[in-house]
Amino acid sequence: MQTRLTINSTSQTHDVAPATLLVELLRDDLGMTGTHIGCDTSQCGACNVLVDGVAMKSCTVLAIQADGKSITTIEGLASGDTLHPMQAAFREHHGLQCGFCTPGMVMAGLEIVRRRGHDLTTEDIAHDLEGNLCRCTGYVNIIKAIQAGAKAMEPSNA
Amino acid sequence: MRDFAYARPSSVADAANAFAGGGEAAFIAGGHTLLPAMKSRLRMPDTLVDLGSIPGLSDISRAGDTLTIGALATHATVAGDATVAAAIPGLASLAAGIGDPQVRNRGTLGGVIANNDPAADYPAAVLALDAVVTTSAGSHAADDYFQGMFTTALADGEIVTGVAFKVPQASAYAKFRHPASRYAVVGIFVAHFADGVRVAVTGAGPGVFRWAEAEAALSADFSVAAGAGLTLDPADLNTDIHASAEYRGHLAGVMLGRAVTAAR
Repeated sequence: MQTRLTINSTSQTHDVAPATLLVELLRDDLGMTGTHIGCDTSQCGACNVLVDGVAMKSCTVLAIQADGKSITTIEGLASGDTLHPMQAAFREHHGLQCGFCTPGMVMAGLEIVRRRGHDLTTEDIAHDLEGNLCRCTGYVNIIKAIQAGAKAMEPSNA
Repeated sequence: MRDFAYARPSSVADAANAFAGGGEAAFIAGGHTLLPAMKSRLRMPDTLVDLGSIPGLSDISRAGDTLTIGALATHATVAGDATVAAAIPGLASLAAGIGDPQVRNRGTLGGVIANNDPAADYPAAVLALDAVVTTSAGSHAADDYFQGMFTTALADGEIVTGVAFKVPQASAYAKFRHPASRYAVVGIFVAHFADGVRVAVTGAGPGVFRWAEAEAALSADFSVAAGAGLTLDPADLNTDIHASAEYRGHLAGVMLGRAVTAAR
C-alpha cells in the first residue's frame, strides 16, 4: 500500500504492507536506526518521533496512518555538524549513560517544550517524562538536560 | 502482527460499509489498545477500518447544560480544551491523567469507550455524568451502554461518533493509578447535579458501575464526612497481582473522599 509522507523535511512515497509499524518503516526499510525499539508495548518511549510536530510512540502507529503527515526523527534535528540545542544539552549535562533511551528522551523533551514553553521546572519535566524509561542513569541528568535544552531553544538564545 | 486489509473511509457511512464487507473487521482510531492487542495476536482482524480521516468527529462544543465531545478527540485535546475545562473540569483532569503525554496524543475518547476496558478512566466519567453515547446507529444512555468487561451496547459494526455529557454543578475524578500502566486500580468519578449525585467506579470490578450507597449519602449531604467510612463489598470486586478485592473495596472509600474534596 502506498504511503506518502515527509520525513525530516524530505517528501517521499513508500510501498508498505498495512501491518508495517511506523518504527519498522523508519528502521527496517529506510535504515534510520536512530529511533529505537525498547519495549514494543507503548511503555518506554524509546521510539518517540514527532508527527506533525507532536510526539508519538512510533511502535504504536502504523506507517499508513502517517500518510500525508510530516515525521521528524532524531536524525532530523541537527543541522549538519551542529547539534540541535536539545541534543547539545544532553551532551553537556551528560543526560545519558548507555544511550539507548536517548533518542526518545530528546523527542520527549521537545514535546515538553511544545506544551509548556522554555521555562521548565524539574517537577514538570519529571511528570511529563512518565512515558519514557531509562534503565541506567536515574533521570537526574536527563531532567537537567531537558531544562537546559528548553532554555537554549528560546528564540532570544538562538 | 498478522497482515490485514486496510481501509480509510472519509465518512461514517463508508466506514460502516467497509466494516460490513471486511470479513472479521475492526475499527481503529488512536490504536493504542488495538495495535498492542494485534501485536500479541489477541486480535487478528482481516480488515482494519481507520476512522482517523473522517472529518468532524473530534469537535467539542457546549450547548446549555450539554457538553458534546467527538469520538476522535484525543485525550490531550480534551485535557487542554478551554470549553471542557470551563464546563466539566473533572473531565479535563481525568483526560490529563490517562497514560502518558505520548499516549494522550493518540488515544481517543471513542476508542476508550468502544473498548470498555474495566480499568479505563473515561467509562467512569461517561456513567457518572449521565452521558449519552451517540453512534452511527442512534444513541445509548450511559446506564445502558456499559455491560461489563469489554462489553457494550454497541452492535457489530456500530461506530461511536461522540459523547454528550451532562454538565454538573461540580465533579471530580480520583484515581489510584497503577504506577506502571497508569490504569485505575480504583477510580471514582463523582458528579454533583442539582437533583442528586452520581458516583461511578472503574478499575475495581469487572466493569464500570454506579455506587448506590455513596450516591445516597452524597445526595443527602455533599461532603467528605457524608461518605466517610463507606467501602465496597469485596465479593463483587477484582483480585489480581496488583490488589486484593478487600484492598480495592477499602480504596474505593478513600478515592470517594478525595473526589468529593477535589470536586469543583
